[in-house]
Amino acid sequence: MKFLQLYNYEIAIFLAMAGFYVVVSRGNLVKKIAGLSMFQTSVFILYISMGVVTGGTVPIIIEGAISYSNPLPHVLILTAIVVGVATTAVALSLIIRINEAYGTVEEDEIHKQDESF
Amino acid sequence: MGDIFADDLPALQVVVPLVTAPLCLVLARWWRIVWAMCTLSTWTSLAIAISLLQTVLADGTVSYAMGGWAAPWGIEYRIDTMNAYVALIVTGIASIVLPYAYRSAPLYLQKDRVSLFFALMMLCLTGLLGMTVTGDAFNVFVFLEISSLSMYGLISLGQDRRALTAAFQYLVMGTIGGTFVLLGIGFLYVVTGTLNMADLAQRLPEVTQLRTLHTAFAFLVVGIGLKLAMFPLHLWLPNAYAYAPSAATVFIAATATKVAVYILLRFVFTVIGPDIAYGDLPFGEIAMGLAVLGLLSGSFVAIFQQNIKRMLAYSSVAQIGYILLGISYATVTGVEASLLHLFNHALMKSALFMAMGCFFYRLRSSRLEDFAGIGRIMPWTFAAFVMGGLSLIGVPLTVGFISKWYLVLASLQEGHWILAILILAGSLLAVIYIWRVVEAGWFASPSERAARAREAPLSMLIPLWIIVLANIYFGINTRLTVGVAELAAQALIGGAP
Repeated sequence: MKFLQLYNYEIAIFLAMAGFYVVVSRGNLVKKIAGLSMFQTSVFILYISMGVVTGGTVPIIIEGAISYSNPLPHVLILTAIVVGVATTAVALSLIIRINEAYGTVEEDEIHKQDESF
Repeated sequence: MGDIFADDLPALQVVVPLVTAPLCLVLARWWRIVWAMCTLSTWTSLAIAISLLQTVLADGTVSYAMGGWAAPWGIEYRIDTMNAYVALIVTGIASIVLPYAYRSAPLYLQKDRVSLFFALMMLCLTGLLGMTVTGDAFNVFVFLEISSLSMYGLISLGQDRRALTAAFQYLVMGTIGGTFVLLGIGFLYVVTGTLNMADLAQRLPEVTQLRTLHTAFAFLVVGIGLKLAMFPLHLWLPNAYAYAPSAATVFIAATATKVAVYILLRFVFTVIGPDIAYGDLPFGEIAMGLAVLGLLSGSFVAIFQQNIKRMLAYSSVAQIGYILLGISYATVTGVEASLLHLFNHALMKSALFMAMGCFFYRLRSSRLEDFAGIGRIMPWTFAAFVMGGLSLIGVPLTVGFISKWYLVLASLQEGHWILAILILAGSLLAVIYIWRVVEAGWFASPSERAARAREAPLSMLIPLWIIVLANIYFGINTRLTVGVAELAAQALIGGAP
């Protein structure tokens, strides 16, 4: 039953691959960014999962506690979440500008107007 | 007064541009003041970088504990010869680009946006310097994203609407790269429980056989490879360089990929160690193959470009190939050649892109057909372009010759005489694409746009010629570059962090 015990890692891998697939396969720029966000989120889950210490409790000094979970990955991932939010914000504002300039957010229609994309 | 700050120089290296960025927004209405402030800030950064390099050369590695928290627990800024050298390249280029941007940046930006452009430049500089000086693996990711996000913004400010799609394309690829780096660092943390690079280097030899470590290395190489435009991960680069505003192109082309190369060297040699990278894993062979493909295909594609900025961008892909080739040998001479080419390529590409910016300022175009006859109308700018081109080709008495020389030397030392021939073939391809511009500029009759142009303004010509003269100076007096690159390469290969 080892497969099920590591289910959060499997979810992370599934999310990463699904997000990556959406980025590659979708032509709609907004959907691409949704996929990219999923891809980033999967890494957050991976980091948080590795902070778990078997039998550990919350990292606050409690009487009788023997071991504590590792809080550092959570702190790291807070930073990464901020980065992810910033990336999404920049991407969405770029999409607004692209929509103003091209009148569409579909990759192949943009490509038809300009050969550069 | 100087003594008070002396101990905090490693932190100030990052803090000075970081603090300047929000001040740009406060003073956004007066963009000339913002420009003066940013110029002052980059010059201060350059002074700090020079002083740090002197300290490192005299007393050895500088370690700075952020906030006074001791090393493996707190964040450490660790500066050795290689860091200080890369920081010198980044701040040196920034100090020249900022005066240049005074005329170049407001060209097609609305008045209230010019300050934002400078704010983004400062943030980009912060990110690049942060990646360079930090000794903490996670900090690398954070600064990588700071520099990347501001770069997306800078690129999207270009005049052409294709700048937007170029920025978007870079954003998608850059974020995937950044996330791969994050994954790689996460795996390193899982097996060692530390994020400090020096600490990682000590603990990793205990777990060399774990597959997690090998996976981490793969993610790191691909992630950083996306950032440094390693062939075939370079697809974002040509459009990004071609459509970004002139000053931004100069800055990004001369510094961003260089810092990514530094990060690659740091992870391969200091953190993971050459024994694992070149021994257990085939990093050397893969890097060598990709480097050769990159330098040949980049140069070859450059020949067929009609947009000269795009042509120079493809040439950058080729130059990254040279740098990677030196790294793939894993010898002192090879890495030394790569480090030399970092410095020298920054000089020649900034000279060429600055000349392009001057042409664009007058012509409002960077297409080859508009360049016809420009050599007689803008002689100073064109002469600078030709000098930069000669340096790119690797003609003796320019910096390009020095790094190619060391690269050929490194190839022959390893017995790779075929690669030495390929390096020279790359130079010949460079002759062809530079010649196309020279031919149009000097021998064709002026195009309609060229006939209306005149010589670029002095405030752009002076920075341009400073870089051009630096191309010649460092091609003749190689004491600084070769000396420092050799020390840095020896420290890397010797395994001492």
